[in-house]
Amino acid sequence: MIRPHGGKLVDRVLRGKAREEAEERAYGLPRLEVGDDLARDVENIARGVFSPLEGFLGREDYQSVLRSMRLANDVPWTIPIVLDVSEEEADRFREREDIALFHRGKPLAIMHLEEKYRYDKEEHARKVFGTTSRAHPGVAKLEGMGKVLLGGKIDLINPPQSRFGRYKLSPFETRVLFKEKGWRTVVGFQTRNVPHLGHEYVQKTALSFVDGIFINPLIGRKKRGDFKDEVILEAYAILIENYFLKDNAVLAILETEMRYAGPREAIFHAIMRKNFGCTHFIVGRDHAGVGDFYDPFAAHRIFEEFPDLGIVPLFFRTFFYCRKCGGVANEKTCPHSEEDRVNFSGTTIRKMLSQGEVPPPELMRPEVAEVIARYGNPFVE
Amino acid sequence: MADKHEFTTITIPSTLYKRLEGMIAETEFESVSAYATHLLREALARLEAGSEDVLSEEEEEQVKERLRALGYLD
Repeated sequence: MIRPHGGKLVDRVLRGKAREEAEERAYGLPRLEVGDDLARDVENIARGVFSPLEGFLGREDYQSVLRSMRLANDVPWTIPIVLDVSEEEADRFREREDIALFHRGKPLAIMHLEEKYRYDKEEHARKVFGTTSRAHPGVAKLEGMGKVLLGGKIDLINPPQSRFGRYKLSPFETRVLFKEKGWRTVVGFQTRNVPHLGHEYVQKTALSFVDGIFINPLIGRKKRGDFKDEVILEAYAILIENYFLKDNAVLAILETEMRYAGPREAIFHAIMRKNFGCTHFIVGRDHAGVGDFYDPFAAHRIFEEFPDLGIVPLFFRTFFYCRKCGGVANEKTCPHSEEDRVNFSGTTIRKMLSQGEVPPPELMRPEVAEVIARYGNPFVE
Repeated sequence: MADKHEFTTITIPSTLYKRLEGMIAETEFESVSAYATHLLREALARLEAGSEDVLSEEEEEQVKERLRALGYLD
């Protein structure tokens, strides 16, 4: 089995008596209420999805991630996982003391606060998103964040509620699952979309080189116009049921927000899948991009900077349906002209679906289209 | 602002340095140091690959039970 990122699968979930004691103690500690995104970060840290992180980044790691895309110990890490608070909130907490993180009024975790520090939002935006434009959703979110960051390890008391618990697996669980299935090589597929035939082609092409595929839709805060989480999940469930071998494909969710950090996020996505036990990771065109903020293949090139990532990226470019070939093809495999080709344009497919039209079978499996059509409005508003 | 411990110096035989220097000419590496860093990280990743199981037998059995209950295992 592939080694977790940084060498150790983090487990900071409190259980049994330790959990009960921590929950009771939480009510007597300085309290910080966190939102859904941060609560999910806490759970992902505790369950090892973000291994080797054991908490929110301290100043040294934060600056190192921003400037060199590595933790202070040289381990690749591209997205700052931080806990922001306002100056007033920060004043309530003292370094080297524990605080209680609450989510929706319930104790979520104990945080062992190691340091409080200020950060430069402009530098953060430039380094992580490559822009300071407020039109970028990551920059817009950053603008609303508190001015102080809290760094320190966390211990999970109560995980946040999930609407999709049936599909939620931890890295400890996926590793056992892959082992039980006899998979030595596993390719991870990140998605935030419903599947069209181009996706399926990429997945099956990759699958032909490995033992199994781990289809891992990202569930969490997205931008307006993205597909609703339940639509993505149901569409994938029906696709796998009808078009994949049961023994070769696993569908499970990853609950974390989209950061839209393009190339940096592609590395982050690969790291998380490595922790789940994947040996390979599919990187598509404009991975984790938004609008025209990134070069469509910048997310491919960035992998050259990480020879020590420990997971093999599989790069895919553009696919289309070719009427003459009678199937999905790409520039390397199809000799026919543009007029024979139907592009898998996400925008076109979205437009058709939003107008109540069913995409043709050369773009989308009928079963998948039917599931989406049932939703009326399948998009985030 | 450069971190004070961002870089340090190691010594390698000058013959090796020259070989590396000759090799980077046709790459995107800007210096022998950058190329050597890349090679060392690549080598470290290979040395660190592979791991033992992280769960005890009992814990693993509990995980399998949940996986069966969810329909992931028969």
